[in-house]
Parts: sequence; structure tokens; C-alpha cells
Amino acid sequence: MSIQTGSAWVDGSGSRLAKYNFFKRVNWGRVSVFSVPTLWLAIFFFIPFLVVFKISLSETAIAVPPYTALLDWNAEDAYLSLKLNLGNYLFLFEDSFYIDAYLSSIKIAAVSTFFTLLIAFPIAYLMARSKPSTRALLLSLVILPFWTSFLLRVYAWMGFLKKNGLVNEFLMSTGIIDQPLIMLQTDFAVYIGIVYTYLPFMVLPLYSALEKMDMTLLEAAEDLGARPATSFFLITVPLAVPGIIAGCVLVFIPAVGEFVIPSLLGGSDTLMIGRVLWDEFFLNRDWPMASAVAIVMLIVLVLPIMLIRNSQGKEETV
Amino acid sequence: MKRRSLFLNTTATMGFIFLYAPMIALVVYSFNKSKLVTVWGGWSLKWYGELFRNDQIIDAALLSFKIAFISASVAVVLGTMAGFVLSRFSRSRGKMILSGWISAPLVMPEVITGLSLLLLFVAMESAFGWPAGRGTITIIIAHVTFCMAYVAVIVQSRLSQMDETLEEAAMDLGAKPSSLFFLVTLPLIMPAVISGWLLSFTLSLDDLVIASFVSGPGNSTLPMVIFSKVRLGVSPEVNALATLMILVVAIGVIAAMWQMRRQAKLLERQE
Repeated sequence: MSIQTGSAWVDGSGSRLAKYNFFKRVNWGRVSVFSVPTLWLAIFFFIPFLVVFKISLSETAIAVPPYTALLDWNAEDAYLSLKLNLGNYLFLFEDSFYIDAYLSSIKIAAVSTFFTLLIAFPIAYLMARSKPSTRALLLSLVILPFWTSFLLRVYAWMGFLKKNGLVNEFLMSTGIIDQPLIMLQTDFAVYIGIVYTYLPFMVLPLYSALEKMDMTLLEAAEDLGARPATSFFLITVPLAVPGIIAGCVLVFIPAVGEFVIPSLLGGSDTLMIGRVLWDEFFLNRDWPMASAVAIVMLIVLVLPIMLIRNSQGKEETV
Repeated sequence: MKRRSLFLNTTATMGFIFLYAPMIALVVYSFNKSKLVTVWGGWSLKWYGELFRNDQIIDAALLSFKIAFISASVAVVLGTMAGFVLSRFSRSRGKMILSGWISAPLVMPEVITGLSLLLLFVAMESAFGWPAGRGTITIIIAHVTFCMAYVAVIVQSRLSQMDETLEEAAMDLGAKPSSLFFLVTLPLIMPAVISGWLLSFTLSLDDLVIASFVSGPGNSTLPMVIFSKVRLGVSPEVNALATLMILVVAIGVIAAMWQMRRQAKLLERQE
């Protein structure tokens, strides 16, 4: 192989190594590096959604598996019939229970995302402004809970929030309240649980946006007489927007479909769609209905998913 | 300026207290002698003994470790391949599809992933007779699918930050693509591959929702056992288990932090 000049590597894709193009003929190594993960995801990520969609159009049946087939082949008359049942979707919109569950999930997820942002911002800001050694310490303090069990972190709040738990004991001993507050099994506990468990997902993208910020902009603003609050809202926040969007999407989407938090911390009246889907599936054994709930949830979430993909696409082109 | 930094420090400190207070309380109460979880009965290691005598928890933990080990190992291979394609292959339609599919499992609500995989397994079983029933193998497939996405993201970001001149030098010297990858690229991205494996291992060990959908009867993983126990209320054995898990993670993170801090100090000195 001859020595190539630098420009030979440039192929317009951003990476100079973008093509490992040693061989003009088909490169099987290259093909398999691409096709193995892609095929895996096609089979175990993409096709399952088509299956869910198919089953959402069938009816429940007392059978194994518990749903009817869409295609029916009658050999005697050579008659192939396709039976699509839209009843599950109609029922979703007729029964206000499901609509309420979607709306209440979106509300709970949106409110928690807002508070996560509010708590994460000072942490990310402090991290981005500290010396590299302090920064490493703070970064690992944020990441440590992320490595511990999600389930156990939610569970930790059960002991914290219950009627004779630590928060109530503390508030009673300081005399702030004289009756224990009912916090566990309320929507309040669900908010706390979501903010708590998803905080690292918000801090990390915010931090990476704030870290890139040019500090001389703030100095210039100060020299020109801007008050700290003004330059914060006019300079820092706009520059952090990509991080804010990424963090909000990373918190909001999984929070809408959250199951563990509402079932451990929420009350029986805490309505969330992830829990509805779980109950349809495990308690009612109504697989087609659970599938319809999932398909509508996906449609609701498509918009925020597109948002994050767009912002990622922009980053790639930059 | 002084006043604002005081405000910043206070709010950030409150944020950290919020992150750590419940975990610290959990650790302290795991040493509580009293069965009543809120009444302090003095220090004791009683619940650790109970934990190790509880066969249900031990069996579930062993099953979970096995699943996590296999899932993480497969996910690391597939995820590294995907991350490599995303950062080193030229733009093509296939790459766009892969990049869309690989990022979606990161945000997909678990109930949807779990349900869709279960329905796929059921459909496959009635079409080809495989997988016959559900159990360890279906949980592993499900875990590989979402873990490889995390590995791909980590490996991709490491590859895109990396200096490409070493790879170029190897190419100029005539290295074959396979030896280029295994002798140059892979050693350079090894830290990312290792952290991808560790993250996959913890994610798999922790998953309740997806495993509940795709597991068969008699295949209870550790999170399923914990969930069924804590659903009924706070349990001192689970406190002991949580403390052990926090301890292991803390040691790992502190070791990594020490390493990072040393590097950061070096950088500060160089500046």
C-alpha cells in the first residue's frame, strides 16, 4: 500500500477515517460490523413495535396466546379474511379513564421535569465553574447515585416520607408541625421520586452545555453594566438551551411511562399510563388493550423524540 | 459577584443533600436492631445475617448476576460495533437508520420496551417454536438490546474525541483493517468499553419492568423479589441489601474519582 496524502482521507463525512477503504472489493469485515448490530436492533427493537401494532388490532380471546389472529384462512371456500378490530382504540377515547391517565401522566412528567431543571441548574452551573479537580469530585457525586439501583433509590424515599418516617420525625421534633404530614402515597411523593431519580440525566447534559460556554461573554456584559441577573438570563440561559432541551427530553419521556415510582410512592388514585398498561397486561390479561395503550403512548411521545433527534442532528453537523 | 456565588453554593449544596440524604438514612437504618424500621433500637448486624439466610433473595441475586454478566458482555460487543459505525463510517442511509434505532431505547419508557419484546417472543414462538417458553434467555436478549444503546453512545463519544493520527499512521504503515482495529483503535477506546460494560452490568442488574414482562414463571430476578417485598412496606433486609450495593458502587466510584482527580491536578499544574 502506497503512502497517501492527507487529502485522500477526506470524504466529506466529518471524520477523516470515515472510510476504512483499503479494499476496492466488498469488505466483509466492514459489512458485518455494520449489519450485526443493525440486524439485532431490527429484530429486537423495530419489529416488536410492528407486532404491538398488529396485536392492538386484534381481540382478546381465551387462548394461548390470549388474542385472536388478524388473518383467517378458510381452506374450504379459499376465503382469506382480514379482521381489524379498532374497538380497542375507540374504547381508549370513549372511556375517560384512559384520557385522564394520559393527561395526568403528561402533567406529572412535565411538572417533575420543570423541578428537575430547577434543582439541576445550580449543580451543573457550579460544576462548570469550578477548578478541574473540584469538578471531578462534583461530577462523581452526581454520577454515584446513577450507578446505584434505581429501585432501591425509590425505596429509600418510602422510609423517608412515610407517616412515622424521618421527614415527619424531624419536622415534629423542631415543632414546625404537630401532626405528621401524609406524604407517602400522594402525587407529591411521585414528584419527589421522579425529580430524585432523574436528576443526573438533567445535570449531565446541562453541565456539558455550560462547560463549553465562553466566560469572557459574561465579563463583557459586566463591563457594559449588565447586572448579574440580566446577564444570566440574556447570556447563560440562551447558551444552555441545547443542554436544557436534551435534559428535559431525557427526563420527560421516561417519566411519562414511569411504572415503579407511582406504584411504590404514589397512592391508589395516582393515575399514570405506565401503571395502566401494566395493570391491563398483568391483572386484566388484556394484551390487545395493553398494546393499544402502548401505541397511543408512543404517538404522544413522538414529538419530544423528534426534538432530541433534531438537536442531535444539529450537533453532528456542527 | 460574592453574593451570587453564595446563592449558587447554597442551592447546589441543597441539591446534593437532596441526592444523598435518603441513601444515608437507608444505610444507617440497615444497622438498626429494631424490627420497626423507624424506631431506633441500637446498632446491630442482625439484618445482614437474615439477608444471607434468605434463600429467595440469594437465588434471585445469583440469577441476576448471571444475566447481568452475559448481557453486559454481549452488549459490549454489539454496542462497540454500533458506536464504531456511527463515528467512523461515512454517512449513508443505513447509518441513519442505525443511529435512529440505537438512540431510541435510551428514552423509550420501559413498559413499552417490555411489552413489545414479550409480544415479539410470543409471536416468534408460535411461528418458529423458538424461544420455547420464556426465561433467562429472553431476559438476556431484552437486556442486551437496551444496554448496547448505552455502550454505543459511550464508545461513539470516545471515538469522536479521539486523536485520529495514530490510526492514520497505522494505515499508512499498511495495517489491515482488522489489525488496525484490534491493535490500535480498541486499546485506545478500552476505558470507554470498560465503562460501557460496567454500566450495562448495573443497568441489567437493576431492571425490574422489562424483566417482569419477558421472564417466565420461576425466573425471579433480584429486582422482582425486592419489588414484591417492598410493595408491602419498608423491609429491614432490603435496607441491608441496599447498603451492600451502595458500598460496592461507592468504592468503585471513589476509585474512579481518585484517578480523575489525579489527572485533573496534572492538567492544572501544566496550565
